[in-house]
Amino acid sequence: MNMSLLMVLPEEILALGAIALMLVAAWGGQASTRMVSIVAVAVLVGATIALTGPASYGGDAFGGLVRGDAFGAFAKVLIFGASAIAILIAPRFFAAGRGDDLRPEYPVLILLSAAGMSMMVSAGDLLTLYVGLELQSLAAYVLASFMRRDTRSAEAGLKYFVLGALASGILLYGISLVYGFSGTTLFSSIATAYGEGRSLGLTFGLVFVFAGLAFKMSAVPFHMWTPDVYEGAPTPVTTFFASAPKVAAVALSVRVAVEAMGPATDQWRQIVIFAALASIIFGAVAAIGQTNIKRLLAYSSINNVGFVLIGLAAGTQAGVAAVLFYLTVYVVMTLGSFLIVLQMKDAAGQPVESITALAGLSRTRPGLALAMAIFMFSLAGIPPMLGFNAKVAVFQAAIVAGLYPLAVVGFVASVIGAFYYLRVVKVMYIDAPAETVEGAPLAVRTDPVEGGLIAVMAAAISPIGWLGLASLGGATMVAAKALF
Amino acid sequence: MATVGKAQSPRTLPPTHLTVKRRTDSEGPQKTVIQALAFYLFAAIVIASAALTITSRNPVHAVLWLILAFFNAAGLMVLVGAEFIAMLLVIVYVGAVAVLFLFVVMMLNIDFAELRAGFARYAAIGAVFAVGLAAEIMLAFGAWSAGKIELARRAAPTPDTISNIQALGMVLYTRYLFVFEGAGLVLLVAMIGAIVLTHRERSGSRKQNISRQNARRPQDATRNTQPTVGAGVEL
Repeated sequence: MNMSLLMVLPEEILALGAIALMLVAAWGGQASTRMVSIVAVAVLVGATIALTGPASYGGDAFGGLVRGDAFGAFAKVLIFGASAIAILIAPRFFAAGRGDDLRPEYPVLILLSAAGMSMMVSAGDLLTLYVGLELQSLAAYVLASFMRRDTRSAEAGLKYFVLGALASGILLYGISLVYGFSGTTLFSSIATAYGEGRSLGLTFGLVFVFAGLAFKMSAVPFHMWTPDVYEGAPTPVTTFFASAPKVAAVALSVRVAVEAMGPATDQWRQIVIFAALASIIFGAVAAIGQTNIKRLLAYSSINNVGFVLIGLAAGTQAGVAAVLFYLTVYVVMTLGSFLIVLQMKDAAGQPVESITALAGLSRTRPGLALAMAIFMFSLAGIPPMLGFNAKVAVFQAAIVAGLYPLAVVGFVASVIGAFYYLRVVKVMYIDAPAETVEGAPLAVRTDPVEGGLIAVMAAAISPIGWLGLASLGGATMVAAKALF
Repeated sequence: MATVGKAQSPRTLPPTHLTVKRRTDSEGPQKTVIQALAFYLFAAIVIASAALTITSRNPVHAVLWLILAFFNAAGLMVLVGAEFIAMLLVIVYVGAVAVLFLFVVMMLNIDFAELRAGFARYAAIGAVFAVGLAAEIMLAFGAWSAGKIELARRAAPTPDTISNIQALGMVLYTRYLFVFEGAGLVLLVAMIGAIVLTHRERSGSRKQNISRQNARRPQDATRNTQPTVGAGVEL
């Protein structure tokens, strides 16, 4: 049991940290927000350091409920990093906002959500999977409607909650079928049951489990909530939604697909291929008409999930490594893009979200425009940026696995998708600055912390990032090997 | 009944589950009669109170009939040996859900006459649903009488030597400790969420501050003055 407790040390640090900070917030009130935020980031750093311990040695804890392996540790590094950034960027946004102050519960909820995601990615049992997923989702519903006076934020929270509860129901139904027909909730034993032969009940369970998971990672046809929730939620929360929970949902799906349903690969592969193609095509086509940058990035995230799923559809170790590589690059690109969206303010300091507000950015804020251009080129998968390498990795895994049509359609759709990314670049570099707003848009100076983050992320995605490719590739291979 | 599963990988099974002793059928005929009597009593009350739930004109009465139905359903659960579900039924459905219903019914002034107004209009659709549900019940009954459904296997059949509450208790805080604590965190998030979303300081509202009221002395609140005649009063 002692070993078990050591193996879930990151989760313990997060949970105990969140509870302690909750008490600080309860007595300290509004004034403690700054302190709670700083300590929350420190807790996340501590949890990341704890990952170097038994949490990544590759063994079972609590009789198989939790697996502490390199795969989970890799995903957790991404999750904790994205969560820390979501805490760091919040104070400035809320300070400039429409009256709703940042409250100390914000970092606490992010911590609890991170604990839930941590449980998800290292789940070795359907129960851990579900409890982790609910912990993450429930905290996310509250975060989505955190700006209570903003009707769009309230709408986002309600929509997310109702549709999320529906998805949880679908997932639970699948879990109950899998449990009923395999007699166990342990991934390893479920794999044995799938290996013993085809059963209608098990197949039905698989379909429902994947449908529920597809909702959580917003893959088409379960994507409908994404643009509305991303648009309505406060921008730091949207930044969080687009990064950490996405990584957790994808990593969880990979683990379920490989560890629990590995012998049924030919069954879930059809679902994953359909979701991948539909997400890529829909994400690319539907984004074209968008005028709101947050909605645009929401469709971009749907599109990217499709590419990630190509790697999963391969179902091989190289495919899983490609998934992790893509996720890493995706998280950095997305966080960077949303950090720039956070800088978009009108002369009065109020946040603006329309793409036209970026017009002429290359003249008013050349550095910011360059960083945004790097992120957009990378998201479009244009060569010198790391986004290109990520797309190549998933296509390569698909081709090696013999899924040629998938790779071809994915490639064509990425060309369609390039259109709207490049349109943002065109608005920034070619269009004249808007004259209606008094003073140049984005006149507000960038906070040094946020500016530094943007610079580091843009550098990591730009050709400078090639320096780290070898070590990142090695880490993804080690992580993927832990599953097979 | 519980088919004893092949032990899969040994670590899936805690030691408590390895021995399963079937209860012998040595119960006398009187016991069966008492059980049958109890079953018909509970079942009859469930059906009667369910019918009264949907026919009673007063919504508060309807909820009270529903609570009676829940209680008797719990009795049926005890009869089939699922005492844990029986307790859940009483605690969760009667204790929480039905009370919530009562609150809603009493606080919202629902005009039930208006709700019933469309009855004739939607009667046809309602009849279709009723026929569908009846067909489903008949199908389920047919499937049941054809033989029990063979689920693949059970990793953890409930041992007959201990009650199922005891069986749950034995694994809840040991084997499933981790998810139990996780469930606790989920409830904590629900609590924080409810407070964050509903409890905000309202600066404009005038609330009663009892400690300030008690600390107030008469000399702070009143003042003796000697107004001169015709000069008016100072406010």
